[in-house]
Amino acid sequence: MKLKLAGLVAGAIMAAAPAMADLIVPNLSYRTGPYGANGTQYADGFNDYFTLLNERDGGIGGEIIQVPECETAYNTEKGVECYEATKAGALVFNPLSTGITYQLIPKVSIDRKVLYTPGYGRTSAKNGQVFEWVFNAPANYWDGASIAVKYLLDENGGSLEGKKIALVYHNSAYGKEPIRTLQELSEKHGFTLIEVPVEAPGQEQKSQWLQIRRDKPDYVLMWGWGVMNQVAIQEAANIRFPMENFIGIWWAGSELDVMPAGNGANGYKSLTFNGVGTDYPLYEELKTHVIDPGKASQGGQHVGSAVYSRGMYAAVVIAEAIRKAQELAGTSAITPEQLREGFENLDMTDARLTEIGLPDFGPAFTLDCANHGGNGMARVQQWDAAEKKWNLITEFTEPDAEVLDPLIAEDSEAYAAEAGIEPRTCD
Amino acid sequence: MDQLLFASEVFINGLMTGVMYSLVALGFVLIYKASGVFNYAQGVMALFAALTLVGIMDGQVPFAHLINAAFGTHLSHFSWTVTPILAILLTAAAMVLLAILIEKLVLKHLVGQEPIILFMATIGLAYFLEGLGDVMWGANIKTLDVGLPQGISDTVEQVTANWLGYGFFIDRLDIWATIIAALLVAALVAFSQYTKQGRAMRAVADDHQAALSVGISLQFIWIMVWSIAGFVALVAGIMWGTKSGVQFSLSLIALKALPVLMLGGFTSIPGAIVGGLIIGVGEKMFEFFIGPLVGGATENWFAYVLALIFLVFRPQGLFGERIIERV
Repeated sequence: MKLKLAGLVAGAIMAAAPAMADLIVPNLSYRTGPYGANGTQYADGFNDYFTLLNERDGGIGGEIIQVPECETAYNTEKGVECYEATKAGALVFNPLSTGITYQLIPKVSIDRKVLYTPGYGRTSAKNGQVFEWVFNAPANYWDGASIAVKYLLDENGGSLEGKKIALVYHNSAYGKEPIRTLQELSEKHGFTLIEVPVEAPGQEQKSQWLQIRRDKPDYVLMWGWGVMNQVAIQEAANIRFPMENFIGIWWAGSELDVMPAGNGANGYKSLTFNGVGTDYPLYEELKTHVIDPGKASQGGQHVGSAVYSRGMYAAVVIAEAIRKAQELAGTSAITPEQLREGFENLDMTDARLTEIGLPDFGPAFTLDCANHGGNGMARVQQWDAAEKKWNLITEFTEPDAEVLDPLIAEDSEAYAAEAGIEPRTCD
Repeated sequence: MDQLLFASEVFINGLMTGVMYSLVALGFVLIYKASGVFNYAQGVMALFAALTLVGIMDGQVPFAHLINAAFGTHLSHFSWTVTPILAILLTAAAMVLLAILIEKLVLKHLVGQEPIILFMATIGLAYFLEGLGDVMWGANIKTLDVGLPQGISDTVEQVTANWLGYGFFIDRLDIWATIIAALLVAALVAFSQYTKQGRAMRAVADDHQAALSVGISLQFIWIMVWSIAGFVALVAGIMWGTKSGVQFSLSLIALKALPVLMLGGFTSIPGAIVGGLIIGVGEKMFEFFIGPLVGGATENWFAYVLALIFLVFRPQGLFGERIIERV
């Protein structure tokens, strides 16, 4: 009897835990709390792509990908708890939170796990000589700031001399990230930067928009997340700020951000490093293998949205890094060290994206030992309120490396000195 | 001169914002006054009411996700939509039903317990309602349009531009919020002063033991008060939800009501109004004059600082009842 019971218990444990040979990619998601609406869409996109690979291809290289999900509620402490709870056997983490990322950076170095933070997290983690285990391709916040300014330069015949640009930002580590870059860019291009912080969560922004109405900036850039975005876009519409002169970072560029303001949001722009909509061949595959059989995360209700697409893109990059790691290691059951090698040899070409079924969905980029952030390319999209859809209005643009490279070097070296890290050499 | 005009604009907008805070604070006051319970769930009730309103207006199938998962169906919406007025009435009815359930399932079993126990029960209620709202209507951000106008008032802008040479910004939604809040307060005062149920409510608030002894049903009064607080939550949910869309963050507007309550007192309806106005104006003026000197984003913390300063001089709040206990 005791043996039977022990057998049952062992069976239950084995059924619950991922098989040892599986590739484990935890999804530290947030479906609850003030940022749950965004977090849900991202997590769905992330899950669905791995479900597609499992269902259609039997995983990657014959290895099933396990995606255990843990709810962080966008809370840093809970995020760290989730990391600790799921790290056994895990290859890579993508917590979709700059706060959680900052806490995990020292931990992943000790635990030797890969941390992939596309479009968020610590910008200077682009320097792979210091941040050996962290990758933030295809673009980071400073790239975003630079590309926004580059776009405005294009719009103004190459000069922003005498212009006023306001930065409305979430008063947090995330929101403050672009300030230094924008200060440098304002000196270089001669525009005045007006900093307008918004206290989280950002439900009330009357003071900030009265200030903008008074100061009359030519352009407003926004580093927001969650309710801050919806309220800011509504307030901008209320004061009749020209929407075509209002540009958000990619985290202020989802359907969720613009829909509440209705027609008032028409013409609003944001940066993006991923395509939107379902007009890509991959979605046919997704429909056949994931959505129609009822295996889509949350029933597939967010398929094709901007944030869903970004979550899916993160999964695509991780999957490609896994493939590369398997190829380099000559084994399908790779370790986190081998995955890091995979990331450092990743070559995301246009041809490969087309092969995946996502032509022109993201920028082409390559990573190596020193460059963990790619070329930082992003593009601008504009909201069409009548059609309720985003339209891409520029091609992928490179940031101003002349300004950004010294900043990355300075910040990463400061971190290395503070954390006692000897930067590795990359040949 | 320009600074004076800007400051005047900020002052007026502060008053308008204060009205929005008062709308949330009113719900707290009603329940605390009648039952001594600090209802932690008031903010979540505003979220729940707004979610229900949008769900009814859009003809959304409640619990659709759960039903689909259990039975493999693909339910999402009914084939109809509901007019805003009817949807508001149906949501108000839903809030009455919620009040009945709260009384039957939670409060009835806690009669005579310490206030802290009741407070903790409302914390549980808040988390329950948060989850229930998500499961019933989904976690997406929903657009709420009951026909209230939004955006700058052209009339105010033109008149002030003609008179003062600078066109003031006042959001038409804030003007409507002020009118609706005034009507709501007038209705609440009339109800409590001139109706039998209102007098019974005041009697329970004064001394519930004495009220019981003259035959007033505590059960009925609690249901009534929670229903009214539910309706106030619905009004607050409509005003805030129109601005930002209906989403989880609506529940956090309760944080804006706390300094209002500290300042105005937990037992006074006029206190909630005046407290809201003082907090609204105070935080906006501080942000305007001092904010730029200290890096901005001062509003959240300054509201509490302002309330604490008032507490030093009037611990019971501006309009709260002074409690003197002798031993």
